[in-house]
Amino acid sequence: MIGELGHFALALGCILALAQSVLPLVGAHRADARLMALAAPLAVAQLIAIAAAFAALLWAFAVNDTTVSNVVLNSHSAKPLLYKFSGAWGNHEGSMVLWVLTLALCGGAVAAFGRDLPSALQARVLGVLGLIAAGFLGFIIFTSNPFERVWPPPMDGQGLNPLLQDLGLALHPPMLYLGYVGYAVTFAFAVAALLEGRVDAAWGRWVRPWSLAAWSFLTLGIALGSWWAYYELGWGGYWFWDPVENASLLPWLIGAALLHCAIVVEKRESLKIWTVLLAILAFAMSLLGTFLVRSGVLNSVHAFANDPARGVFILGLLMAYVAGALALFAWRAPRLGGTGIFAPISREGALVLNNLLLCSITAVVLVGTLWPMFADILFGAKISVGAPFFNAATAPLAIPLVAAMAVGPLLAWKRADLAGALQRLWWVGLLAVAAAFLTLLIAGYHVWPALGFAAAAWLIAGAAADILDRIAAFRRPSQAWNRARGLPRAAWGGAIAHAGTGVMFAGLAGMGLATDALVELKPGQSTRLAGYEWRLESIRDVQGPNWTSRRATITVLADGQVVTVLTPEKRFFPVARMHTTEAAIHTNTLRDLYAVLGDERDGGGVVRLHHNPLAPWIWFGAGIMALGGGLSLSDRRIRVSAPSRKAAPAPA
Amino acid sequence: MSDTASPKRPRRWMLYAPLGIAAAAGVGFYAMLQGLQDGSYDPRGVPSALLGRPAPDFSLPPLEGFDLPTLTAADLRGPLPGPVLVNFWASWCAPCIIEHPQLMRLAREGVAVYGINYKDRVAEAGAFLRRHGNPYSRLGRDEPGRTAIDWGVYGVPETYLLDRQGMIRWRWAGPITTDTLENELRPLLRRFA
Amino acid sequence: MTRWIFFCLLLALPAWGAVGDPNERLADPAKEALAREIGRELRCLVCQNQSIEDSDAQLARDLRRLVRERVAAGEDSSAVIRFVHERYGDFVLLRPPVTAATMLLWATPFLALGGGIAVILLRRRRAVAEAAALSPEEARRLAELDRGTA
Repeated sequence: MIGELGHFALALGCILALAQSVLPLVGAHRADARLMALAAPLAVAQLIAIAAAFAALLWAFAVNDTTVSNVVLNSHSAKPLLYKFSGAWGNHEGSMVLWVLTLALCGGAVAAFGRDLPSALQARVLGVLGLIAAGFLGFIIFTSNPFERVWPPPMDGQGLNPLLQDLGLALHPPMLYLGYVGYAVTFAFAVAALLEGRVDAAWGRWVRPWSLAAWSFLTLGIALGSWWAYYELGWGGYWFWDPVENASLLPWLIGAALLHCAIVVEKRESLKIWTVLLAILAFAMSLLGTFLVRSGVLNSVHAFANDPARGVFILGLLMAYVAGALALFAWRAPRLGGTGIFAPISREGALVLNNLLLCSITAVVLVGTLWPMFADILFGAKISVGAPFFNAATAPLAIPLVAAMAVGPLLAWKRADLAGALQRLWWVGLLAVAAAFLTLLIAGYHVWPALGFAAAAWLIAGAAADILDRIAAFRRPSQAWNRARGLPRAAWGGAIAHAGTGVMFAGLAGMGLATDALVELKPGQSTRLAGYEWRLESIRDVQGPNWTSRRATITVLADGQVVTVLTPEKRFFPVARMHTTEAAIHTNTLRDLYAVLGDERDGGGVVRLHHNPLAPWIWFGAGIMALGGGLSLSDRRIRVSAPSRKAAPAPA
Repeated sequence: MSDTASPKRPRRWMLYAPLGIAAAAGVGFYAMLQGLQDGSYDPRGVPSALLGRPAPDFSLPPLEGFDLPTLTAADLRGPLPGPVLVNFWASWCAPCIIEHPQLMRLAREGVAVYGINYKDRVAEAGAFLRRHGNPYSRLGRDEPGRTAIDWGVYGVPETYLLDRQGMIRWRWAGPITTDTLENELRPLLRRFA
Repeated sequence: MTRWIFFCLLLALPAWGAVGDPNERLADPAKEALAREIGRELRCLVCQNQSIEDSDAQLARDLRRLVRERVAAGEDSSAVIRFVHERYGDFVLLRPPVTAATMLLWATPFLALGGGIAVILLRRRRAVAEAAALSPEEARRLAELDRGTA
């Protein structure tokens, strides 16, 4: 019964979404205020319908309703409640419902907080969002019904893949979807702008918070996924350049370009056409990821079950939205001509460079991800494109990007003095060079880690230099504190996000200096790695809620003092008949001690031990980047919505 | 990229470029999805690097306690009396049991089926053949799996077809089902007979 | 498709899980480092998108051992990679060789950067010289934006 109600709620949501798309768009075209006024209530109604459907799905998982095929395939009664819930979106059908729920939430937010938007713009944005929702709801209803019944019901479910029974991975999809779907809103704004034939500062001011929010969530989502790979896959790796990972990186890169040039639109009314194009492309990349993961055209460990019929449906949606928007773009963009003129050396010029490099990196990742498929279909060639290619092809583009990241914020708008900006960065450059030399001196000849630490110093100190410059700390130190308090949050946010990138680079560089050992130990024996003594104490059986495990106890000592006790495990999940390795990690934020248990023989066991300097900084850095985005988002200028000065809460 | 030249209209062709690229990609994706359905596009199926080349050099010990001649590269050098199948298998490999009846049928029909036993124990390999029957007229034992690497084997079962000149013409990764036998292998056997 | 479901279920399952064999490593740290560098260039064929250094599938283990044997015998990285490439084809190389089929792939960074620069130059040919410093009017507007009173 609950399942049928959920299915009905999805169908109702689809009809409401269709109404939400057609009526306001027609209304905006005819300047019919009554039709336009329907947009917001319809968006809220659609949100309620989809929330009900999602609640029904959660209910089916919570009570382990084995008449629902999705529950049978992805859940089991002997599973902690949290993972019953996360099992609801750990599969194709459920994750699609979460996707449309997130979209409906964004639509609801535009409806609730967008009262200060010009009514035609709000109607068009909600109309486009409704169109997207209707397409994906149709997709769920026609090809991926999450409430499909099975009869007779089996005794119990088949369980969720044990690798996915994990807190990091339970949160990973919702974060990613908030990011992907956030770009649906900027896409809707872009399409609305093209329909209106107008992009102004107010538009830029509305697009910026959405692109910031989407980008921040995407940053967190990608970081969670990478963290999961680090601790769960047991190889100490955190990024594999897998096509599915790349699919999440693509909208992130375009989104980073978008949030920078939205600043130019807002402040200088320039780069309008380009910003609209980026807003379309960011969502196009999100949809591309959805298509790649769910259609079966990819060759990836992460991909969902393959179904070409679903693939054709998603491809149809992808082409309808993206090609439709790009056709509209080609037709209407000439009306959006900008006004601001600027010299090549200026803040605008630096942001153009930022966009050029970010988009070139995007192109490399995009082509690298898709080329094996296209080489196959075009030339019949079976090739692989992996980490060595991506590292070689993106690094030369990332280096100038990092170099420009510290300089750009110090340049004035319209026409700037590059020599002056570089002069103010002299100590930052000195720090970067010192970091590189120090790395070479201490760690030996490791070029990439040395460059990584130089980048980290350059970015972190560069962000500090930016803030110090803005508050005139050196010129008028007496007023620095007052100026710091008066500095807009967007300025702090930008500097913090740039510094976060630096922190991440430090983590990447530290991981470049990681060492490991693969040894066979008997209880009582020990080995040395990275100045620590690692002693295997015992290997014992342990019983968990839905698994049994072999757990090793390893004491790590430094100078005879116990640093920590690590307990790596090999778990066996009887329902899935699958083994997982649980790495044991001890961090003091400056380094991770990481141990994995392998085969056991003659009372002893094989253990792989890693010493990962600064490893957590990779994810701290991502967190700081997202924090910077959030801080920018909370800027008073954004909260005070654009055209009128009436106070309105943040639209996210 | 930047809209600075206010009196000048943006170049129209530039504005159409993104649409063109997206459309081309869409056509490509559609071709892939069609190929997925009719089997012409398989993101995982990779052809052998040895197609059109003779078998690599190798010599293997026989399976002890099983009275079969062993297999060496010399047995696969042309001219051969007919096409030859070389099958990599192991007793611990479940799909090998699925394909075994097809190999037995081919052997009964007189097709030369040679076997390479991959990473297996002598006793278990022998027991497997006694229980399921022996289709192999020659059998080598590749316990370290090194010969398999020379052939470019991914895993067992994997089967290669050599023509009368001793050139490798076909490789099948995974079990030979009745479907594979009738639709893929038989036409090839006729062609290279 | 079905044969691949079989293949993945039954053959390629232990892609994660185990940790490797201590005996497979080379005693000489320089040679072990070289072997790893080579291993990161080679795809673990059965586990998709991981290098043989990142996987514990049987084939990855065998290839790791093979790479180390050849490194220990004094071969350089191009010789070892050629050896594996001859047996498994282009698919095993994570850094695709430059061929007619991968020309566009390798040209992407140059095309993207060059194309971007060309577009910028085409769009900017005029109007650059006119860009002076911010006019007082523009400066006032920016200041207002920063104060949130625009």
